[in-house]
Amino acid sequence: MKRLLVVTTLSLAAAAASFAQVQVKDPWVRATVPQQTATGAFMQLSSPTDARLVSASSPVAGVVEIHQMKMENEVMKMRAVSGVDIPAGKGVELKPGGYHVMMMNLKSQVKEGDTVPLTLVFEGKDKKRQTVEVKAMVRPLNASGGEMGGMHMDMKH
Amino acid sequence: MPVVFRRLMIVSALCGLALAGCGGGAPKFNGTDLTGASWGRDFSLQDPDGRTRTLADFRGKYVLLFFGYTHCPDVCPTELTRDAELKKKLGADGDRVQVIFVTVDPERDTAELMRSYTAAFDPKFLGLRGDEAATKRAASEFKVFYEKVPSGASYTVNHTAMTYVFDAKGRLRLGLQYTQSADQIAADLRALMKQES
Repeated sequence: MKRLLVVTTLSLAAAAASFAQVQVKDPWVRATVPQQTATGAFMQLSSPTDARLVSASSPVAGVVEIHQMKMENEVMKMRAVSGVDIPAGKGVELKPGGYHVMMMNLKSQVKEGDTVPLTLVFEGKDKKRQTVEVKAMVRPLNASGGEMGGMHMDMKH
Repeated sequence: MPVVFRRLMIVSALCGLALAGCGGGAPKFNGTDLTGASWGRDFSLQDPDGRTRTLADFRGKYVLLFFGYTHCPDVCPTELTRDAELKKKLGADGDRVQVIFVTVDPERDTAELMRSYTAAFDPKFLGLRGDEAATKRAASEFKVFYEKVPSGASYTVNHTAMTYVFDAKGRLRLGLQYTQSADQIAADLRALMKQES
């Protein structure tokens, strides 16, 4: 599948054989307009064994964190979290209305159609880490992403 | 569920929100009925051309007012995308809707940024901003909470995600949750437009 953009695995010492590969599917970044210096990355994560996304980085952003969005009494609250658990075989989706990779201090505008390199670090239950490099597609600023409140992708073009 | 039952439940839910006027003829909306509220009456903020705008400038339009900030990756673009979809769903009546996006982050959201950001959703959307004091005044009038949260070398802003709906006479009528769909809001706006026609 074209969207399965797991490009390279820079697995640490432990070797790929003993550490099941985390799959990153359909990673995308929301486009920005000039002067806008922050955006979010979204994706689907799955793993045959319990794993956890523990950090992310990208050459296009000065600060990259894992954030969770929560609504409390109509107030949208975003906070940095130490990671996102990926239960074995179940997977988790980073999508609007939940988790996202928050990219701040962007070095330049992120334009629709570009790809953005992201380095994702996962940790297994045995604390062994693996690094996955992906290239995230840049979707328009008005991409709706997840199925929030019955919203859906409008594919009219 | 029988329709009568469902309506009763909606009416009692509205009454449960401590709103005045829960008489028999209360209209049923998907959003929260804020008709008659003693707050959320007006704002005075600048558009990207530097002109001061108040609610009176939009008489005849159904205004959707939303507070947010452009560096928000999740809720703000999602709500503005929904509002653009809503206008399309209303067809010709979509032209009677004016979406206004007020920044709670005037420090980063310059006039130029507000202009290009709102245009990415719909060329008719309007971005408004004020200095720190004016932003505080507007937020307080609309019971909008916001706070800066440091995040590494940067910051995010927690803020109320409610969208307010004004009728063509400039009266506050509804509060919409961010989870409400374009279809639900379109139904509410049609109901409001019908009342006034």
